[in-house]
Amino acid sequence: MIHTLPEEQRHLLELVEGFARTEVAPVVESYEQAHEFPRPLFDQLGAMDLTGLPFAEAVGGSELPYTAVSLVIEEISRAFLALGLGLSVHLLATFGIDRFATPEQRERFVPDLVAGRMLGAYALSEPGSGSDAAAMVARARRDGEVYRLDGIKAWVTHGGVADRYLVMARTGPHRTGGISAFVVDADQPGMSVAPPESKIGMWASPTAQLVFEDAPVPADRLLGGEEGQGFRVAMASLDGGRLGIAACAVGLSQAALDVARLYAGEREQFGRPIVEHQGVGFLLADMATRTEAARTLVLSAADRRDHGFDVTRVAAMAKLFATDAAMATTTEAVQVLGGAGVTRDYPAERYLREAKILQIVEGTNQIQRLVIARSLATGSAR
Amino acid sequence: MKVIVPVKRVPDTAGDKPIDPNDRTVDRDSVESVLCPVNEFSIEEGVRLKEKHGAEVTVLLVGPDSAQPIVRKALSYGLDAAVQVSDEGIAGSDALGTARVIAKALESMEWDLVVFGNQSADARTCLVPAAVAELLGVPSLTFARYLEVDGDKAIAHREHEEGWDVVEAPLPAVVSVVEAINDPRYPSFKGIMAAKSKPLTVKSLADIGVDPASVGAGGAAATMYAFEPRPPKAAGTVVEDDGSGAAAEQLADWMTEKKFV
Repeated sequence: MIHTLPEEQRHLLELVEGFARTEVAPVVESYEQAHEFPRPLFDQLGAMDLTGLPFAEAVGGSELPYTAVSLVIEEISRAFLALGLGLSVHLLATFGIDRFATPEQRERFVPDLVAGRMLGAYALSEPGSGSDAAAMVARARRDGEVYRLDGIKAWVTHGGVADRYLVMARTGPHRTGGISAFVVDADQPGMSVAPPESKIGMWASPTAQLVFEDAPVPADRLLGGEEGQGFRVAMASLDGGRLGIAACAVGLSQAALDVARLYAGEREQFGRPIVEHQGVGFLLADMATRTEAARTLVLSAADRRDHGFDVTRVAAMAKLFATDAAMATTTEAVQVLGGAGVTRDYPAERYLREAKILQIVEGTNQIQRLVIARSLATGSAR
Repeated sequence: MKVIVPVKRVPDTAGDKPIDPNDRTVDRDSVESVLCPVNEFSIEEGVRLKEKHGAEVTVLLVGPDSAQPIVRKALSYGLDAAVQVSDEGIAGSDALGTARVIAKALESMEWDLVVFGNQSADARTCLVPAAVAELLGVPSLTFARYLEVDGDKAIAHREHEEGWDVVEAPLPAVVSVVEAINDPRYPSFKGIMAAKSKPLTVKSLADIGVDPASVGAGGAAATMYAFEPRPPKAAGTVVEDDGSGAAAEQLADWMTEKKFV
């Protein structure tokens, strides 16, 4: 599929590859070590029209298919996972707002996100509500012209650096029908951001809790203008979010393969490059096969989404397979590099740490299996 | 204000540039062609004139039909239109012949300022901008590391070995820029898409009134008598530190000899 892209998408990928190679790759380590979100790089993505690719031209987007969006996320993640995942999360939040907004809200909230002038984030999980999203307890209580938000949203990617958050909170007791979605900006009174989590990897991508204390969110920021839509918003966004994480995982797999391939071609033992030793060569062969299979599954899922099919099952499969593939591929990259692989002189150890995160975010891989199994029990055979 | 940015198609700067032994020109079929890297800086300057002064910026390219992707690439940065002079008679032109074609093309267009790159990545003569200005009888401000348009004059910082001179000239004028002048932006995806439908006018030598005998291989003032491949890179010198300080001295001598210090 990647070899038969329409001309405009080939141009797009060339643009992204060039940018990733020359502008992104050289600064990855400095952002990672500083635990700093690469906002200047995100701003550049915006200036290059890459922050709103799938959205309508009316809101400033390019109306590109999700197959192309997946390849863009993959290519950026290959150079810098924190940035590729940042773009994926930004698109997820923007999608949710764009899809469920009233026309007035769409005009007001979406163009700045699409143009990359604002960085988006998505706040669904809570300390006590992760895989079971409907168990959330954060409340939004109507009080005249505002909703007063109370509670803690957890594991928010871009927490503290985003400009606009899509926040789910409870407006009623019904497990799913009592959840509403709000568009909350960073300067919201009554909202504070906890110090970022200290994570195993992706240090340049801050993950933090949002703390709401009687925060007065104007009622015109209730997404869709109607209470009780929040769970639908969350679930509709998640299919795309899972495809995004899957694309990130393909990029990470490719990056691991890149470094392993290069190293195995240069490092000599017993008088020849180690890639010529079958034990190493076969590792690389498995890494490449897994990466290609993951890419193909992601693109197939994205293609179905572009054609309007329900992708809940295949998006879960893509997320599950691509992130498990990334875990295996990055582990093997460290193995190929041997002693060098466990040092911080090479990025292989970072890739391994990052892959573990991808098996957990946007629904753990156990939840993905649950989604797939349930759909097999009740839905079509394939 | 109307600005023209002449651009050039050059062989991929990262690759070898094989010479065709028959006509002693670069064998363009055997290498990938790219937009001359220095043009990213002249184009960026054009984009800035557009942003600051609302200038209408037109790309000008002298080259065969196969160079059209390079024109589109130049337009993708947000320029308005393009003119391409394409004619078999141009093949084999030297710097003077190229300047004659460009000058005649410019005579057929409206403009206040022409912004060249200071030299192309393949020929590296640095001759064309000044030659064009001379043929047109307008001032030339070459090697600009800073450019400003103030009313009806252009002000440039002309770079040389010891720094730069502040020079100015009334418009219309020809400018050439060096890479220090700006930090070129990336084209945007929409810019790339929009470039496909921007107006491109293709002109022949007859259209712009060039005498075919004055250009091309036949009209060249320069003749290439011989060529040879670049010699392989010589092995470097290894300076080993034995702890006595002699290595530092050796290194310092070498740097002095090479005029690094």
